[in-house]
Amino acid sequence: MDIPYTVQPRPDIGLYNAKLGIWLFLASEVMLFGGLFSAYVLLRVGAAPGYWPHGWLDVRFGTLNTILLALSAITTLLAWVACKVGQFKKFKFFHACTLLLALSFLGVKMYEYHDKWIHYEIKLADGTFADGHLVETSADFDLARKTGTVTLHGRIVNDETLLYDLRSQKNIELKEVTVAAADIKQMQNYGPWHNTFLAIYFTLTGLHALHIIGGSIVIGYLWGPGSKLWQKDPERFTNRIEVSGLFWHFVDLVWIFLFPVLYLT
Amino acid sequence: METTVHQFPPYREAEVHHGHDEHGQHEDIGFLRSYVFSTDHKVIGIQYGLTALCFMLFGFFLMILMRWQIAHPGLPVPFIGPLLEKALGQPAAKGVISPDLYNSLGAMHGTIMVFLGIVPLAFAAFGNYVVPLMIGAVDMTFPRVNMASYQAYFIGGLVMLVSFFIPGGAAQAGWTSYSPLATSVPTHGQLFWIIGMVFLISSSLLGAVNFIATIIQLRAPGMTWMRLPWFVWAQFVTAFILLLAFPPLEAAAVMQLMDNVAHTSFFLPTGLAVGGQLANISGGGSPLLWQHLFWFLGHPEVYVLILPAMGIVCEILANNTRKPIWGYKSLVYAVLAIGFLSFIVWAHHMYLTGMGTKISTFFQATTMIISIPSVIILTCFFMSLWGGSIRFNTPMLFALAFLPMFGIGGLTGLPLGFNVSDVHLHDTYYIIAHFHYVVAPGTIFALFAGVYFWYPKMTGRFMNEFWGRVHFWGSLVFMNVVFMPMFVQGMAGMLRRMSDGGANYSAAVNSRAGADVIGGLSENIMAMHTPILWGAMCLGLVQIPFIINVFWSIKHGEQVKNDNPWDATTLDWQTPTPPPHGNFTRAIKVYRGPYEYSVPGHAADFTPQNEPPDGLPAPAISIAH
Repeated sequence: MDIPYTVQPRPDIGLYNAKLGIWLFLASEVMLFGGLFSAYVLLRVGAAPGYWPHGWLDVRFGTLNTILLALSAITTLLAWVACKVGQFKKFKFFHACTLLLALSFLGVKMYEYHDKWIHYEIKLADGTFADGHLVETSADFDLARKTGTVTLHGRIVNDETLLYDLRSQKNIELKEVTVAAADIKQMQNYGPWHNTFLAIYFTLTGLHALHIIGGSIVIGYLWGPGSKLWQKDPERFTNRIEVSGLFWHFVDLVWIFLFPVLYLT
Repeated sequence: METTVHQFPPYREAEVHHGHDEHGQHEDIGFLRSYVFSTDHKVIGIQYGLTALCFMLFGFFLMILMRWQIAHPGLPVPFIGPLLEKALGQPAAKGVISPDLYNSLGAMHGTIMVFLGIVPLAFAAFGNYVVPLMIGAVDMTFPRVNMASYQAYFIGGLVMLVSFFIPGGAAQAGWTSYSPLATSVPTHGQLFWIIGMVFLISSSLLGAVNFIATIIQLRAPGMTWMRLPWFVWAQFVTAFILLLAFPPLEAAAVMQLMDNVAHTSFFLPTGLAVGGQLANISGGGSPLLWQHLFWFLGHPEVYVLILPAMGIVCEILANNTRKPIWGYKSLVYAVLAIGFLSFIVWAHHMYLTGMGTKISTFFQATTMIISIPSVIILTCFFMSLWGGSIRFNTPMLFALAFLPMFGIGGLTGLPLGFNVSDVHLHDTYYIIAHFHYVVAPGTIFALFAGVYFWYPKMTGRFMNEFWGRVHFWGSLVFMNVVFMPMFVQGMAGMLRRMSDGGANYSAAVNSRAGADVIGGLSENIMAMHTPILWGAMCLGLVQIPFIINVFWSIKHGEQVKNDNPWDATTLDWQTPTPPPHGNFTRAIKVYRGPYEYSVPGHAADFTPQNEPPDGLPAPAISIAH
């Protein structure tokens, strides 16, 4: 028993099975990310005045990652074209580039996550706010017992909303600030629990990163052990590259939406 | 049953054909790969069917426990009370169902019936078994994806079941899992629920892609869109609904998971107090967001429940009235319209959330509009009965009962769709009665009809007709005994989700301001709990003949005399019985529409879709692929 149209397109439809399948899958992916983007809209609209962050993410890293993914889209396409014209070595080269670009993207993303992880906001007993990246904590630092000190590279402000709108403030002066544990009311890093912006930021980019990882695994398989199929059935192999490429382009496209929504607003 | 043997000749010759074993059912691939890890759409369909039926029985059992608690609040459950205490511990102390356990039972009854019972049975089981046969395909487009879909479903079901036995028990926030309640219950039941749902959503996603791709790509030559049996159309639209409506719930589930695990505040508002204390959260989230995302799935889901059932009814009606279905094209366009409209009615579940009158008005309008295609479908079915020489066999009885029962369910939905009358009826037993009429005597009757109808194709034997009728009449009577009084209770103001059936609520109001105060529940209303309980018990009893019938008839049922025992026109009956791996023993070509019954001038009163027109030679016996 053979299932028809696994390699050749069905004439009246113009698609082979897997290509139709991936398009349908991508349609559902659009709805998945659509649900999260609509959550972003509702959370942003519903945020208390002055408490939706602006300028928290570094546009330079965002731009770098956008360029990395855009390049990987090009190499994916070139890899498929190389298969189409029967140049297997070129395919190997281009898809190696795709993989490297994907890994670099993840590296940059990890650095950005780490940057948020060590960024603390401290509510002080006198009603002011210390905010900045963790430099060090003293050896006897203990929040519960209120001993020791913590040092941040940042600043102290009177109005919490100043911490939210970084874009309209020019030349923010950052210096080392040391706070005693006894003066701390609450200390929290910029994790997803910190506010709804960071929650949706981590969820959206995390889910996107999972897609990057999944795509990399598939592309890595097709580049490595899966490429044996090229010897047996080049046409089928080329189809696989096309289908995985469609997925990869979708993942890139999601980033094209994530970048302005999260970094530029 | 009388059979007409003067079918088109080539088929009879091809029937017992052992010529191509290399792609026949005689491949020896071992028990595990034939029955457990099978990629054959028919085996997967049966796997889905049996699993889903078991889950439905289990969900029914949960409901009996709840009805006992409602009718006899605070009394230990007879017979199985000690067993419950042993299995579940504190929530069932002394065999009494605690309010917490009642909440778990309610949440899991809904979840199991919808996501583990009806959808897998209506969509995955019947769809898997019948759709490829009906379109003349050898299998689904992606057989291994199909297997993965079943496995994901199975794991999701296991996770849901296991959650009963963790400390604190299963999820307690209803099948809708509204936040912040869902996040505030201090047990891990909700976590299990979310993880189970992620598996179930993935399963239905894989299934939906597969169904759509199969229907588009693997239709036999000549099977044009307007020659598809309407059942296939219904499954096609259902698959699209699942494909596009489920992912937002997956997004919502991910966010609720984050709320649970990473302590985010997606659905938790500022100033949320839990247990009298301000919750330690950042706040700023939106509880309405969950409801929007949930009902964006939840309402299309209603059509996922009902469309395959309508498809089954359509096939059985055409077959047993022996005439073409009335208004085939209207049916096709109506189902497409429903599919589209089902995405823009969801907020009629949220009239009372304070989302605003303008939004309510919009959704009220779309809700009224979507009733039009539903009525078109039902009207077409009723018109199809007109002038038919109807055969009253068990599948037909169930299919016929579907029409008025679904009609009651549909029409009682109108007052819920108008936001003014919904203010009164919202969250009462009225709505429970309404959607159960749609799904229980509606969809489930159609599913029973389908089981009786396709059973001979799956096994080569009929199910017992007498016990089928006992099953039918018992189910019909007791379904109504259970659900009809709930309309009355609901209109009198009885709220859902009260674990004592409203006893405390009535007592509190009555003692303060006299017996006839508005809002208190009268004795008569409360007294209906008892007949409902007995009705539900009897409904369970009359399912026993069905269960025995399913297994007994495999070996002892009346044998079919040929491969097309119902004299049907569609391709699913033009296969050997049961169909082998690969389905057809000869190349299939389709020449005509799906419902050519009683064509004037034709010898038999049915003309199969693959019967060539006069003068054309039949296709060769060998298979091209």
